[in-house]
Amino acid sequence: MKTLRDLDAARWRVALGLTAAMVFLYFGFVLLVAYGRELLSIKVVPGLTLGILLGALVIVASWILTWIYVRWAAAHYDPGIRALGRESRR
Amino acid sequence: MILQAPAGTTIGQPSLIAMLFFFAFISVTLGITWWAARRTRTTEQFYAAGRTVSAGQNGLALAGDYMSAASFLGIAGLVSTTGFDGLIYSTGWLVGWPVVLFLIAEPLRNLGRYTFSDVVATRLRQTPVRLAAALGTLATVTLYLIAQMVGAGGLIRLMFGLSYEHAIVLVGIVMIGYVLFGGMIATTWVQIVKALLLMTGALILALLVLLRFGMNPAALFAEAARRYGEGVLVPGKLVSNPLDAISLGMALMFGTAGLPHILMRFYTVPDSRAARASVFVATGVIGLFYLLTFVLGFGAMVLVGPEAIRAVDPGGNMAAPLLAELLGGTPFLGFIAAVAFATILAVVAGLTLSGAAALSHDLWVSVVRKGHADAREQLLVARVATLALGIVAVALGITFKAQNVAFMVSLAFAIAASANFPALILAIFWRGYTTAGAVTSMVAGTLLTLLLIYLSPTIQVDILGRDTAWFPLKNPALITMPVSFLAGIAVSLILPEPSAAAGYAALERRMHLGGEH
Repeated sequence: MKTLRDLDAARWRVALGLTAAMVFLYFGFVLLVAYGRELLSIKVVPGLTLGILLGALVIVASWILTWIYVRWAAAHYDPGIRALGRESRR
Repeated sequence: MILQAPAGTTIGQPSLIAMLFFFAFISVTLGITWWAARRTRTTEQFYAAGRTVSAGQNGLALAGDYMSAASFLGIAGLVSTTGFDGLIYSTGWLVGWPVVLFLIAEPLRNLGRYTFSDVVATRLRQTPVRLAAALGTLATVTLYLIAQMVGAGGLIRLMFGLSYEHAIVLVGIVMIGYVLFGGMIATTWVQIVKALLLMTGALILALLVLLRFGMNPAALFAEAARRYGEGVLVPGKLVSNPLDAISLGMALMFGTAGLPHILMRFYTVPDSRAARASVFVATGVIGLFYLLTFVLGFGAMVLVGPEAIRAVDPGGNMAAPLLAELLGGTPFLGFIAAVAFATILAVVAGLTLSGAAALSHDLWVSVVRKGHADAREQLLVARVATLALGIVAVALGITFKAQNVAFMVSLAFAIAASANFPALILAIFWRGYTTAGAVTSMVAGTLLTLLLIYLSPTIQVDILGRDTAWFPLKNPALITMPVSFLAGIAVSLILPEPSAAAGYAALERRMHLGGEH
């Protein structure tokens, strides 16, 4: 059985990793807005610039990252916590 | 190029349909309040809705608390008048939510009871920590409230033709009614109703726009570029200083995780798993809403036209209502106007409740009465605090009439990111955190943010009309958030607190296993 220390360490690893991913994505977008005007002007299809697409993708990426965390927690964190809870009530 | 400006708009004239929607909303929400009032007999019910709100309900309520009139009307207006630059805000307002989920929601639910300072004060000395946390909370809530009240007065005047002062007093009375009698139960349901109305309105409006462009957003953007130049689809002048953009981004991303009225919502669900699921729902709803602002903003640009929008309100706030009138006539305008009003009411109710919790739970019960107040007294003090804060909100709204207060929302986020967020993170994360460190971090974060905002171009140039400002950034979070973290860490290292470190093991256990262990 996993100890509380293991679960704690695993949760912080995942939480900090996903936070770092969010920071990278959003501030990457902001820096592109500031310095990558040419790049963001590229048309993906007529009317849709890379800038608008990436802006929308930051929102979609936020959804995906939260979904990853919720799935991870349900699969790896909750079962361990439930087992520990049973243990401590015994 | 002739603009498709509506020949005449009925915005600003009291319309029967707007009034009907408006009274329907007021009747329904006051009915909810009456129902909730009979279920509000304990402090746990008043502050935390008896911890019986489901994850889905809380997700909608979080979205309702967060999506203010500024995001609905303001961002649609910004996109409709500047194009791409407005979209930078649409994305920026969402990115704090994943951070709330990863770092804050679950520990907060397991460690606290009513306010975020419960978490910071765990294992530390109560009085100094509660005082410092109340400073951060009240500063955030007050600034946010001023911005909402002044915005409310202006918007209601524009849409219903009511005088500014009457609008403010009306908002104040209805909002006090919700919170005073129905507490968190009524506030939660008002948020849910408002979130559903807002999403319905935005979805219908976006659908009506897209129907005109073959359901293809790219065709809408292409038409905007054809009329107003390719410049509307690429970054413009708004982000002229990258450091400014990063600083604002930090305030939005980490400030969301420090907003007292948002944090308080995690206590309304039964456990930390429900808290987690509710942020997932909220992120989905809020993200969808901001994606819709892409369509609403460019839709208003193409169909109404920036000139026509600025003619009604120079700030562009009437873009979405004008678009609604153009596409759905006066009835739809009435609906959207009522939705905007509901939005304002719900947000100020949430803010007032969290401010009242800081005054009564953190200051009165924990500091003045040292935790020895009986249940009756706690509830009474919470209600007195609600009434007092509501009256202060009305007074502030009237005091700041016609002032430029838009910056106060980003200032509230900056304080939340620089005082509340670092304190929460260090309290949860770090064994070596101490009372002195927590107090220094929160007080320094709040005061330095206020000082730097005063010295920034936002106040010095835009409001006082000076040529230059001593501090170059419009939003100070880039400086103040690291300073707050460093102050908290440095002071804790210089003045260790053995009893606080000894309490960390218990905190760690409770953070994962919940209160019963």
